[in-house]
Amino acid sequence: MAELLQFLFSGVTVGAVYALVALGFTIIYNASDVVNFAQGEFVMLGGMLTFVCHAAGLPLPLAALIAIVVTSAIGVAMNKLAIEPARGAPVVSLIIITIGASIFIRGGAQLLFGKQIHSFPAFSGDTPLRIGGATILPQSLWVIGGAVVVFVGLWLFFTRTLTGRAVLATSNNRLAAQLVGINTGFVMTLSFALSAGIGALAGVLATPITLTSYDVGLAFALKGFAAAMLGGMGNPKGALAGGFLLGLIEALTAGYLSSQYKDAAAFVVILLVLFFMPQGLFGAKSTERV
Amino acid sequence: MKISAKSATLLVLVVLVALSPMLFPSGYYYRVGALIFVNAIAVTGIVILTGYAGQISLGHAGFAGIGAYACALAPVHLGLHPALALVLGAAISAVLAFLVGRPILRLKGYYLGVATLGFGILVSMVLNNERQLTGGPDGMEVPELGLRGLLRDAGIDLTNGQFWYFLCGIILILAAWLALNLFNSPTGRALRALHGSEVAARTVGVDVARLKLQAFVISAVYASVSGSLLALQNKFITPDVAGFMHSIEMVTMAVLGGVGSVLGAIFGAAVLTLLPQVLTVFAEYEQLVLGLVMMLVMIFLPQGLLPSILRKVRGKDE
Repeated sequence: MAELLQFLFSGVTVGAVYALVALGFTIIYNASDVVNFAQGEFVMLGGMLTFVCHAAGLPLPLAALIAIVVTSAIGVAMNKLAIEPARGAPVVSLIIITIGASIFIRGGAQLLFGKQIHSFPAFSGDTPLRIGGATILPQSLWVIGGAVVVFVGLWLFFTRTLTGRAVLATSNNRLAAQLVGINTGFVMTLSFALSAGIGALAGVLATPITLTSYDVGLAFALKGFAAAMLGGMGNPKGALAGGFLLGLIEALTAGYLSSQYKDAAAFVVILLVLFFMPQGLFGAKSTERV
Repeated sequence: MKISAKSATLLVLVVLVALSPMLFPSGYYYRVGALIFVNAIAVTGIVILTGYAGQISLGHAGFAGIGAYACALAPVHLGLHPALALVLGAAISAVLAFLVGRPILRLKGYYLGVATLGFGILVSMVLNNERQLTGGPDGMEVPELGLRGLLRDAGIDLTNGQFWYFLCGIILILAAWLALNLFNSPTGRALRALHGSEVAARTVGVDVARLKLQAFVISAVYASVSGSLLALQNKFITPDVAGFMHSIEMVTMAVLGGVGSVLGAIFGAAVLTLLPQVLTVFAEYEQLVLGLVMMLVMIFLPQGLLPSILRKVRGKDE
């Protein structure tokens, strides 16, 4: 029983990180129909920039704040320089552009920060908490709490604020949104800033546990993408559920079956889900207009 | 005299393969040329899948991995000749593509992307983890093809580089010829129709599911043959051949060069194979430049390099 609890704890922790990355995917996808494969690089930048600022002597909260703001700015720049000019391009081209952006950011990070593995201290110490015979790191609670807070924040933003509804309107029908006076250019900027910021936050929260280096982004991007698709692309609830589900499947497979094949189990489940539900768990059923 | 696009493409390819060596300053360039041809074979498969049929795969390196490891494992464990191992790998890839393709080709766009991605990752994970069979991440040796020795006995003495250059060049020309024939066949027209609009194609009686599956299987065989040739040529193989980045490389080469045409895609393979060779001097900046090239070409030349260049040239003629 304690063993199962232990696996669940680690699954929920990893799942919370995946959920944050998947939420980032969802926001950009809703605003622009682009799946941004550079999302993982935002996670890397969040952790890496926090490390650099912290190592330069800044207090941790300030370092984290700077990392999130700078990453958001990079997200906005990416939208302006690489995504907007290619508006209307086919899916394959957009995939290549965002993967190009991710390789570019990774290359830049390698030049600037080197190839070492970095970390910074956990926010509330490293003494594990004992719950029901299993242990959990205080930092795990930060990660899980972060994912929940971001999700609730996004939900309030999208349902209770005018700007949030403008984003939803844009994702529904860009032209119609423009016709009722929504500044869709601003919506795009906002979405990229928000998405990059959430990615960076995931990096800030997870780095004390997972450590960071210039090349961690790709793994986060693939897992976050998979989680978002598992839940149904474009649905924040789906992103949250997909992220936690993916984390739990991985942790339970690693615990009970084989740690080498934990990623395999995750992808087998995704293939099965897509086989029976081609739109993911929470995806809206779409009809194709001819 | 008007010659068809098909003959023109084949003519250009034959001339390039036959005459490029005259410009090679050293034997090393045969090796680079052979590498371009190996990549171009896989990329020609992507043209059939993505350029003709409009389907995305982010996992085709999985098939390259199967082809490569078939050539590494079958000669040792089954006693097959390496050339037959290549055929065996292609057959396994075809069967697997058939089985996997049936359920996942119902998916569209990004959903198809994640499903193919999952397939590729599963293959590369097996190759990485089954250490006793594949040697794990360290890779394993691949037996000698032995064809060069036969040629020498027959009086044709080629260096190793020359042998692989011409062998891969000939296989590439064959692969391109098959792809071009397909393009002009009723099947090819049906594929392009479903690329335009799946619903419209279905309405005029195109069996959409069967055709997509055909394109998927054919492109899987191309990727598998490419992987086999890479393994046989290097006489050593690591699971990277099946990795996600290799899948992306294939798609990028095709789309960067111009996924609508065989020649364009082969041009893309040449550019992206040469780029790292040119950049070895600036190894530090390799990723930075590669990412930049990918973004710039897709933003400013969305049709791909070769079609855009050709249009420029023709525009000046008129």
